[in-house]
Order: sequence, then C-alpha cells, then structure tokens
Amino acid sequence: MTLDLNAFTPWSALAGGVLIGVAAAMFVLLNGRIAGISGVLGGLLTPSRGDIAWRAAFVLGIVAAPWAYALVTAWPQPQIDAGQGALVVAGLLVGIGTRYGSGCTSGHGVCGLSRLSPRSLAATAAFMGAGFATVYVIRHLSGI
Amino acid sequence: MTVFTSLLAGLVFGLGLIVAGMANPAKVLAFLDLAGAWDPSLAFVMGGAIGVGFVAFLVARQRTVSFLGAEMKLPTASHIDRRLVLGSVAFGIGWGIAGFCPGPGLVALGMGEGKALVFVASMLAGMGIFELLERRRRTASTAQKG
Repeated sequence: MTLDLNAFTPWSALAGGVLIGVAAAMFVLLNGRIAGISGVLGGLLTPSRGDIAWRAAFVLGIVAAPWAYALVTAWPQPQIDAGQGALVVAGLLVGIGTRYGSGCTSGHGVCGLSRLSPRSLAATAAFMGAGFATVYVIRHLSGI
Repeated sequence: MTVFTSLLAGLVFGLGLIVAGMANPAKVLAFLDLAGAWDPSLAFVMGGAIGVGFVAFLVARQRTVSFLGAEMKLPTASHIDRRLVLGSVAFGIGWGIAGFCPGPGLVALGMGEGKALVFVASMLAGMGIFELLERRRRTASTAQKG
C-alpha cells in the first residue's frame, strides 16, 4: 500500500461527511426515517398510498444537488472509467444486492454504524470487503 | 411538510457527496484500491457523517415521534443472516466494478452524465428483479402453507 497524498483530501472529505451526517440527522429527527438511499428508492417500485411523495422528494433532492452546488461554484465533473457493459453489470449487482442486504453505504454504512447496529456493521464489513477484493482482482490480477 | 424536509434532506445529502468528492467514482475506487495509490478520503467522509449521525440517533432513540410529529421508524431487525451478507457482498462487487453506490449514482445522473444514466437504469432493473423474486417467493410460501 502506498498513500496517495496528492489525491487525499481530508478536509473536504470531512466537511462533506458532516453534511451527509446533517442530512441523515434531519431525516430521522424531522421525518422519523432512516436516510437509506437504496431503501427509499426501492420503495418507489412497489408504491403504496401516502408512501410515494416523501420518497420521490428525497430522491429528487439528491439528483438536484449538482444544480444547487453549481450556483455557488464550478459544475462538478465526475470521472467514470467503467465501460457501458461494466456499468450495466455493476448497476444490476448494486440494485439486487442492496435490496437483499436491506441497505447500502448510507443506510448501513452511515445510519447503521451511527446507531451502533451489529447487523449494519456486518453488512458494511461485507460490502467494503467485497469492494476491496473486487478492485484488487480487476486492477491487480486480471491485467485489464 | 415532511415532503419538503425530505427534499431538503436529499439535497443536503447530495451536496455532501459532491463536497466530499464521493460523487466521483474514480475517487471512490482510489479508496477501494488498497494495493494501489491509496486515497483514504472515503474513511474521513464516513467518520464525519457518523460523528454527526451518532448524536442524532441518540436523540432519535429517546423519541416516539419526530420533531414534526411523524412516527419514528427506526429499524428493529438485528439478525445477521445469509440474505444480509450475500446481498451486501453482491452490492460490494458491483460497487467495486464501477465505483458507484446508489447515492453517487443519483448525483452523477443529476450532473447529466450518460454513463450514470446507464448505471441508475440498471440499478433500478436490479431492484425490480428483487421485487419479482420476492413476490414469487412469497407466493410459493403461501401456496405451501395453504
């Protein structure tokens, strides 16, 4: 392991993390809900009365974030290296996996660990471990 | 009111992801690449979020309704089973392939990235497959009982 000190952005990472924490805090203290993005989004696929608007609003807020960000500073530019086929496979795995696992980085990783939930710790360890292993295989073993 | 606060929470969440650099899959993958040039930023994002979240959930746990009077819906499940672990492993593999988890996928979609659209559409398809498989499983178990 070598630390990439040029890429490491501790302060903006911490600041962004605090904002994410504030969002999760708002959601639980005002709406009484866990800010788990896969769960909120997945619930829209089996809509029931009175359960649609708040879910759609939360998702819309996330999608609109770059527009709010661009009001203050430059339009954010992501770097997406994965090809179309890889994105399809990744999307399917993330979609099925987060629903079977009852959560993703936000629901288990942020909210679950904040609640000191052993179940969320197990889920987080599982997806982080799988993420580390997958990147290792793709970048260092497969020779792609 | 809770629809508006929902929108606001989503917006702040998305802004946090952008500020943290986590809406950029290359930066997420640089964290997941332990054997390469490692960028520990994601750990700091989690640390900042959990620091605030920890206090919020301490308060939430003491209440039965939210400050807006909504029912407090905290998770009650505590079992660690195959579904949880295998589902999370599948999610982690997908995360490692593209560097996208659900939130950053939605943010990048908002940036108008065509590749993010491919990811989000596939993710929704995956969630749809889950719902179909669950429905089939429920029907099968009802038939067995009947």
